[in-house]
Amino acid sequence: MNLGDDDYTLFGLPKHFALDRADIDARRRDLQARVHPDRFASEGAAAQRVAMQWAVRVNEAWQRLKDPLSRGAYLCELRGVPINAERNTAMPAAFLMQQMDWREALDDAEGQPAVEALDAAVAADERAMFGKLTTLLDEDNNTAAAAVQVRALMFVARFRQDIARRLDALDAAR
Amino acid sequence: MALLQISEPGQAPDPHQRRIAVGIDLGTTHSLVAAVRHGVPDCLPDAQGRVLLPSAVRYLAGGRRQIGFEALAAQAEDAENTVVSVKRLMGRKLADIAGTDKLPYRFVDQPGMVALATRDGDKTPVEVSAEILASLRQRAEDSFDDELYGAVITVPAYFDDAQRQATKDAAQLAGLNVLRLISEPTAAAVAYGLDNASEGLYAVYDLGGGTFDISLLRLTRGVFEVVATGGDAALGGDDIDQLLADWALDQAGVAARSPQDKRAAQVASRAAKEALSDTDSTQWQATVGGRDLRVAVSRAQLETLAQPLIGRTLAAVRKVLRDAKVAAGDVQGVVMVGGSTRMPRVRAAVGELFGRDVLTNVNPDEVVALGAAIQANALAGNAKDGDLLLLDVIALSLGLETMGGLVERVIERNTTIPVAQAQEFTTFKDGQTAMAIHVVQGERDLVSECRSLARFELRGIPPMVAGAARIRVTFQVDADGLLSVSARELGSGVEAAVTVKPSYGLADDQIAQMLKDGFAHAETDMAARSLREAQVDAERMMLATRAALQADGALLSAAERSDVEALIEATRLTAAGDDAHAIEAAVAALATGTEAFAAARMNQGIRRALAGRSLDDI
Repeated sequence: MNLGDDDYTLFGLPKHFALDRADIDARRRDLQARVHPDRFASEGAAAQRVAMQWAVRVNEAWQRLKDPLSRGAYLCELRGVPINAERNTAMPAAFLMQQMDWREALDDAEGQPAVEALDAAVAADERAMFGKLTTLLDEDNNTAAAAVQVRALMFVARFRQDIARRLDALDAAR
Repeated sequence: MALLQISEPGQAPDPHQRRIAVGIDLGTTHSLVAAVRHGVPDCLPDAQGRVLLPSAVRYLAGGRRQIGFEALAAQAEDAENTVVSVKRLMGRKLADIAGTDKLPYRFVDQPGMVALATRDGDKTPVEVSAEILASLRQRAEDSFDDELYGAVITVPAYFDDAQRQATKDAAQLAGLNVLRLISEPTAAAVAYGLDNASEGLYAVYDLGGGTFDISLLRLTRGVFEVVATGGDAALGGDDIDQLLADWALDQAGVAARSPQDKRAAQVASRAAKEALSDTDSTQWQATVGGRDLRVAVSRAQLETLAQPLIGRTLAAVRKVLRDAKVAAGDVQGVVMVGGSTRMPRVRAAVGELFGRDVLTNVNPDEVVALGAAIQANALAGNAKDGDLLLLDVIALSLGLETMGGLVERVIERNTTIPVAQAQEFTTFKDGQTAMAIHVVQGERDLVSECRSLARFELRGIPPMVAGAARIRVTFQVDADGLLSVSARELGSGVEAAVTVKPSYGLADDQIAQMLKDGFAHAETDMAARSLREAQVDAERMMLATRAALQADGALLSAAERSDVEALIEATRLTAAGDDAHAIEAAVAALATGTEAFAAARMNQGIRRALAGRSLDDI
């Protein structure tokens, strides 16, 4: 076991996309209980530094594994298909059309209930897309198609952030 | 992992000696110190039996000071030299502070942090806070009749890097060994959760004199995990007092101009506000401009005045719920912390939002200090069960300035600490050999709307065409929530690093100077003090290393083991002498020489954590 091991190995979890969040959290608690700098507070600076490195590494792996989107991207990369989201923006036309429809709907939405209704609709779509990603990664073993799906989900995630920002603004004006 | 409790017979001076570690709540209005005694956390009282120390420092002639109640008693007559609510000024420039015209001080605008001119010279908020901390340290040392091993000091969750660093500087100035800075709501959750054996999702609503925090925590078998946090580092009971003062003066048709008048109006407002927590109406009474004023004020009037501020806290609560992706109904309990939560309207509004009665069964003034004491006790290695673990987050995003004054976020808010995150950047012009790195904190997209933390430069980048250089900037936030940043050009290996500090706070040499100037240690001989500190440090390090050898010596080869033992022996011999610098050097050598051993032990710890759970089990 060392700092360079992949997240799944570090967490002792099988390299599947479908993981139980409770398992991920429980592993993180076990690991942090071992490596957190607080556990070595009464020891020297050397132990503190090493503990810090490990705690950072465990948190990094946890951040990546707990979020389905980053976990999907990571798993594609582990299987030899990096996502390269900045360079690789090609998307199916139908998906892009839907994105534009959503953006228009957000522009047109007035008031908190309308924005929340849009968010709920987008969230439902997102869930279905994650369902498909699970099939691609865990059953079909089709990493190339999974990488395309991850890129599409990144668009959706960004759009949901915009919705959240809009909700924050509406709340602040309340 | 209480390794230090294993000691070799005859080598430890007293294997059962407890380390005295305290928790300190350095509050806007008052401060407290608490410690775990006989397994129970308790706030330590002063000689008169009072646990609250008003956070007030009065500077007298001849370098003398009054701290606490004495200072508070003189605040109206000697407002300019009596500093209260100094926490609101921590880590702040003059331009950052709202409403300076209503405060009775003579502000000194200086780079880094604002200072206050007193009859004893200019005082920074760090120095004023250090007086309060030193006073609490003295109280603790008197209570135990012994030296302190260390302290956990609480800060608002919403404190930014500048404010945290300022707090740590103040503790250093007061001669405290800071075991950890922890967030106030997290500390409150520890005190509350352990007391009530709670599990699940809890909210801590902490409205103090000058700061507001809202934290959501998940409690699982001794692990306190902050899910999301938010708030406002400049919103508290003081603001409500000010609104009431403005209103009452307006009613009376009088303006407060002198420092004494301003302070008198604030004091009267606080008294009236506190009275209105128990009664429906009261008299606001103050002497302003030589006139005795009396204004009738009802609870309804106070609530009308405070409503916009309460509304701001509720908006922050809703935002944290959205950040955490949970509904108000998912929260199993709402713990109220801070004196301002005594206002019935605050309790009702928060209860309404969460759809449940709020929890007020732990004293809102004491709960933070009690939680800090529990954590201090655990960090010092005194706790029997090593189960308590706090996993906190950073409340504000950290980023860098990019082209066009925009912020590129490197670490998002609500990321668990400690954390390190790297981001790659490139050059903008052909042949560019230097890059200015500007570190900012905040949620806005424009640099001008975020807090500037530090600027530094990476120089010596080999000339290349624009966009060819690859500069990796790494942000690291430690377990105290403090940031350090380093930058490295990947092709050439040119490197630059900064602990984010000198641009706003006090540089280390400034602190050293203050220490030298005899701050808070008028009678203490600096040399004796640093020798004693070096010896304690050496003792601590030798004990830890011996314990580690005993537990995990098998990880070392015979040669490695004898190297480590030689380093211990060298430290022991040096520590018997009286050369503080030599002792520090020996301790440093021991630390360096055992780093690989520490890493090997940590690896073993991980393997043990994973043991018994193979891939097939899951």
